[in-house]
Amino acid sequence: MLLGPNGAGKTTTVRLTTGAMTPDFGAIRVLGLDPLTNGDEVRARVGVVPPKPAFYDQLSGRENLAFAATIFEADESEANDAAARFGIDHALDQDVGGYSTGMRTRLALARAVLHDPEVLMLDEPTAGLDPESARSVLDLIAEMAGRGRTIVMCTHLLHEAEGIADHLVLLEDGQVRTSGDPKALTRKYMPDPIVIIDAEDMESLRFISELDGVLDIRYDGAMHVTLDSVDRVPDIVIEAVKRGVRPTRVEPLTPTLEDLYFEMQRTHREEQ
Amino acid sequence: MRWPMIKAVIRIDLYRLFKTKDYWIPLVILGGIFFVVLPIVLLGSLGLVQQSGAISQIGQIIGTLPEAIQQNIEGDNPATRASYAFAVYLLAPIAIVVPLTISSAVGANSIVGERERGTGEYLAHSPLTVKEIYIAKLIASLIPGYLAGIVGFALYALVVNIIVGPQVGGWFFPTVGWMLLVLWVIPPFIAIALSLILRLSAKVRSAASAHQASSLVTLPVILMSYAVATGLLYSPVISAAAAGFIAWIIAAVLLITGSKSIKRERLLGVSADA
Repeated sequence: MLLGPNGAGKTTTVRLTTGAMTPDFGAIRVLGLDPLTNGDEVRARVGVVPPKPAFYDQLSGRENLAFAATIFEADESEANDAAARFGIDHALDQDVGGYSTGMRTRLALARAVLHDPEVLMLDEPTAGLDPESARSVLDLIAEMAGRGRTIVMCTHLLHEAEGIADHLVLLEDGQVRTSGDPKALTRKYMPDPIVIIDAEDMESLRFISELDGVLDIRYDGAMHVTLDSVDRVPDIVIEAVKRGVRPTRVEPLTPTLEDLYFEMQRTHREEQ
Repeated sequence: MRWPMIKAVIRIDLYRLFKTKDYWIPLVILGGIFFVVLPIVLLGSLGLVQQSGAISQIGQIIGTLPEAIQQNIEGDNPATRASYAFAVYLLAPIAIVVPLTISSAVGANSIVGERERGTGEYLAHSPLTVKEIYIAKLIASLIPGYLAGIVGFALYALVVNIIVGPQVGGWFFPTVGWMLLVLWVIPPFIAIALSLILRLSAKVRSAASAHQASSLVTLPVILMSYAVATGLLYSPVISAAAAGFIAWIIAAVLLITGSKSIKRERLLGVSADA
């Protein structure tokens, strides 16, 4: 998954990957091929869903898919299967100009996979979708990944992408700031466990800052306590009970993709 | 070169054009005016006004032409000879103006139009080579113009034969010169204009700019082809064949070099130099 703010170079990366753009310097390999010299073969084996999928709006969904099928040397039946898989088969005879954003995204996904690409590149596939459509699209992407396809997804809607990514790349100003497995990155960038603690009287929790192993405390509705080890949690609870405090919540925080993203960005900006 | 893919791009371009009535209806009206309305008005007027100053003036103009050409002008009275001269010689260049204008209008929009619609992004990520896209766009732009030329030519022939035919003793049109013009000379001129217009369409940033810029190409080509067409109709057939051959050579060179002027980045809507 490619993460990064607007202008980081996510779309450019997709374009370079298919050979649609030429890099100023550096080398790219996709499926072992150089897109600059073997662009036609790379593009035939890759499917792309651009950020704002465009179609020939005066033509029907079926006509647009038939065109794509010819370009990618696929059968019409494969196009129909793809449309059915993404739930757009019922609208194939309508002109695409009358499609909603969700329908266009589904058609774009069907168009991108009808030739059964080995790599699927999705550039902001849920942008502009309502939550239900976005969830549905993400489920379909997860299903494709489960079938062994490589999926590269650019997004800044991190909460929607939670749990999908098995490899993250943080881009900024066209540079890879960091990359790796989300769990490994979490260990690297957020190594200290955080526990959320709340009580009937928040003031009564002030004693926690004096305890051993407490590295940091911040307030975000409840107290977020950063510890040197998760083993400190029982000690905190015992001490609270001793002091007559009535805790209402003690919950280890599992960092979200968004937490990790902001932590990675913060770390790299501090390093600069 | 993968022709099924090229044909798919051509088919979708033509189908899209066919479904965009706002685009082709003005072009049909343009063809109708040049091939049908104008000849009916002019030739009909000449037929009605058998004796007038205008007829004698046209007679004087015909009298200045070389003897060989004068002998080709049929009719046994000044009005008939004037009608024949109008039908065969003076209105000839319209056969070039209309198809060139139509092809230019379609061609100017072809590549920059993909970029404006966003469909260029899809083509850029597709396995189509730039050469295949260029050839498809060229043919898709050529077909409407040439089709308009052929259909218009047939209508013009019908109008001319109906109005002037009875005066000269039957159907006389098209002449060999006209056939050569339509089938051999016009196509390379359209190709020359289109090869230049597609380069422009790939360079400019909007369809509006492409249309403006294309007039810079279309007008000189129209003027040149107008002059060539007019001259060829007065010349021996061999001259027309030779002129067509030279035009085909120029067109071939421009077409071959044309595909190299288009960069894949241009379909994405970003500068190829960026």
